[in-house]
Amino acid sequence: MFVKFLDIVIGSLLMGGIYALIAVGFSLQYGVARVLNVAHGEFLMLGAFAAWSLFTLGGINPILSLVLCAPVFFLIGFLIHITLFKRLKRSSESLAVFEGNSMLASFGLMFIVQNLALIIWGAPVKGYSYLAYPISFLGAVFSANRMVTLVTSIIISVVFYLFLARTRTGKAIRAAAQDPVAAAHMGVSINKMLALCFGFGTMMAGLAGLLVSMTSIMVTPFMGMEYTLIAMIVVVLGGLGNIKGSFIGGFILGLVGTIVSYIQPGLSMVAFYLIFLLLLLVKPAGILAK
Amino acid sequence: MKILDVQGLRKNFGGLAATADVDFHVDQGEIVGLIGPNGAGKTTLFNLISGAITPDAGIIMFKDKKVSGLKPYRICRAGIARTFQSVQIFPKMSVFNHVVIGLLFGDHRHTTSASTTEEVSQIIEFVGLSGMNELRAADLTLANQKRLEVARALATQPELLLLDEVMAGLNPTEVAEAMELVRKIRDKGITVIMIEHVMKAIMAICDRVIVLHHGEKLAEGKPEEITRNQSVIEVYLGEFTCLPSET
Amino acid sequence: MKDKTKKYSLFAGFIVILLLLISLPSYASSYRVIFVTNILMYVILTLSWVIFSGPTGYISLATAAFFGIGVYTSAVLSGTLSLPFVIIIGALASFCLAFVVGSLTLRLRGMYFTMFTFALVQLISNFAHWYEVNVTGTVGRLVLALDSTIIYYSILVVFCLVLLASHFIKRSKFGLALQSIGESEEAAAHSGINVTLVKVTTFAISAFFMGAVGAVMTMRWSYVDPPTAFDIRLSFMPLLMAIFGGMGNLFSPIIGSSIFAYLEEILTTKFPYYYMLLFGGAMLLVIVFMPHGIEGVFRKLQKNNKGQLSEKP
Repeated sequence: MFVKFLDIVIGSLLMGGIYALIAVGFSLQYGVARVLNVAHGEFLMLGAFAAWSLFTLGGINPILSLVLCAPVFFLIGFLIHITLFKRLKRSSESLAVFEGNSMLASFGLMFIVQNLALIIWGAPVKGYSYLAYPISFLGAVFSANRMVTLVTSIIISVVFYLFLARTRTGKAIRAAAQDPVAAAHMGVSINKMLALCFGFGTMMAGLAGLLVSMTSIMVTPFMGMEYTLIAMIVVVLGGLGNIKGSFIGGFILGLVGTIVSYIQPGLSMVAFYLIFLLLLLVKPAGILAK
Repeated sequence: MKILDVQGLRKNFGGLAATADVDFHVDQGEIVGLIGPNGAGKTTLFNLISGAITPDAGIIMFKDKKVSGLKPYRICRAGIARTFQSVQIFPKMSVFNHVVIGLLFGDHRHTTSASTTEEVSQIIEFVGLSGMNELRAADLTLANQKRLEVARALATQPELLLLDEVMAGLNPTEVAEAMELVRKIRDKGITVIMIEHVMKAIMAICDRVIVLHHGEKLAEGKPEEITRNQSVIEVYLGEFTCLPSET
Repeated sequence: MKDKTKKYSLFAGFIVILLLLISLPSYASSYRVIFVTNILMYVILTLSWVIFSGPTGYISLATAAFFGIGVYTSAVLSGTLSLPFVIIIGALASFCLAFVVGSLTLRLRGMYFTMFTFALVQLISNFAHWYEVNVTGTVGRLVLALDSTIIYYSILVVFCLVLLASHFIKRSKFGLALQSIGESEEAAAHSGINVTLVKVTTFAISAFFMGAVGAVMTMRWSYVDPPTAFDIRLSFMPLLMAIFGGMGNLFSPIIGSSIFAYLEEILTTKFPYYYMLLFGGAMLLVIVFMPHGIEGVFRKLQKNNKGQLSEKP
């Protein structure tokens, strides 16, 4: 009984941590840069494949890959923003038009990234085994990689949280997420901020993907969309532009998903969508919004 | 006869009271002015009456029927029409169709389309847009766009018309024409409440004036009384440079 | 009058094309007929999408959901009922779903609505998959395929119906209300229009045709499963085609989607491996360089030539 309970707790924290990461990334991109990035999950997928490639072909352990890949993903996001979305922003007549266009552009991006992954790595499901030995914790037995992933995701979340809360750039980002116009008036360089946030968003997705690959043996070019949707749901749950809300929302969804998987595996996504629908109907501003 | 009766109306936006316990009534046939500094809650009051937003407390009675909480289209069909502070026209639609929409949807008594063209022409002529039937709304001057908004509102056969800063952005000639139009509307038997910053107009055509400040009703009375009211003067800090004798 | 001759010649041209289409199976190979069937599928989906998303500006990504409902209704009922009934029931099922979903979600701000329609496709697809795994026991269904000529004529009928619907909606009182909602929802509501009802009804009408075409297309495949029926690409394609062609009048989306669908058919056969890449690239190019589609490009050219904005026919 206790084992089951512990299993659920660990599972929730694990998935919650990953969901929180990807949600925060999505929130930064939509809340600040106003880009509804439908391709967000694809970067998670790339992160997972990056870990796989580095491990399988280079023998580099995933933890190290995290450190190596983080700046790369950040750069990718940063570049995509300044080449694509910044240009769209200039040519769009209004914010609403920009939001629509950037969403559609991100669809295009989604197809491109998915297809590139398909070409590079092929369709068959991939996975690798790292630290897959059992360890005992509080009397129960868990797989070491799950524990490592859990600890790592919490560390990343905490580090990023501190970054947002304590540093100047972090505070500027939070301000821009809450109210881009006001932030601009307070001297925050908005253009730099947008690209920065987009870069961070991609980085979070990549890191989440790396973490996912450590505990899951199902890495495929098509795994991304599910995470994009989860990110959307978490962001709505926690409130748009509310970074703290995305963190908390991620963990709530992680808990719900784990519990539902226990009762009826295969229905966790359906449960998420129903929560999404309920949220949109009852409190679209998010349960954590005032 | 009271056509509009507002009691204890309150609306909060995130802790701030945009409308705070407002009571007032409007008699049939009056032209009532609604004034107050920016942010006083005038447009919010209009939004509450027209159904764009729902009150947190209080009640709005129109011709002895409760309208607070109803959807805008129902309130429109009941007989309350309005214009908007930032002109809400249908940019790509013709002048003619604007009025048609008001006729077809805003007036539950309107059934036949045979008389439509005739009625549309009458309304267009009434507001002074004759000959512009086929023009697109986006191509009109600001003054004409405001006329169009009024025409569309009139097409819904209202008994009460809410005009939100209909004279903003108009030059003196256009203001005079607007004032004349408001008088004509009242002469047709339609009660008018107008939000305005153009004091000349308020003084000249309003029977009564209500002053809002920070969401509360500050004062109420005839235009001359309002200009002499101490608290109103403080709030406006000498904006009353135009006294009745000057108009 | 120049406008009237333009109108009549367009209409005449259209009648000619329609006649050509009706007689197609008599002079074209079976392969060609299937090819045109696929193109018509996209044209219908695009037109249906435009019926709602065109005037209101709400970007719906639920197309795949309504198409898939039509597919599954057809898969379940095929063999027990005759084709016309199957199509109608499939269309009605989508209509009802859209009505319910629309009533719940159309009061949401644009982006939230789009997000939800996106999630809706996955929701139904996942649910269908779960249902088949846990309740039915087998994933996917076998369908009795029909003759390609019957399918072709069924699609042609749906095409004509959606054209008629689009045309009459535009010219009706309902269409006027719809247009006004798209241009200023607030003003429309205050002019006595029951905005929610109009939006929901239009959404449901567009879903009706998506369901209809889904029900017909099922007969082309011998096997359907959730990923095939609820393929998210069927939500993006009509969107892209509508943007590519423009949505100003009835013909622009037809032309745009025909060209696009034609290219897509060619690309999938020639470059099955890279096709998504090309598609994504095309999407980016269209969004960045042609946000108003071909129609927008034409208008710009006309504007530059004449020095003033020209009127629509």
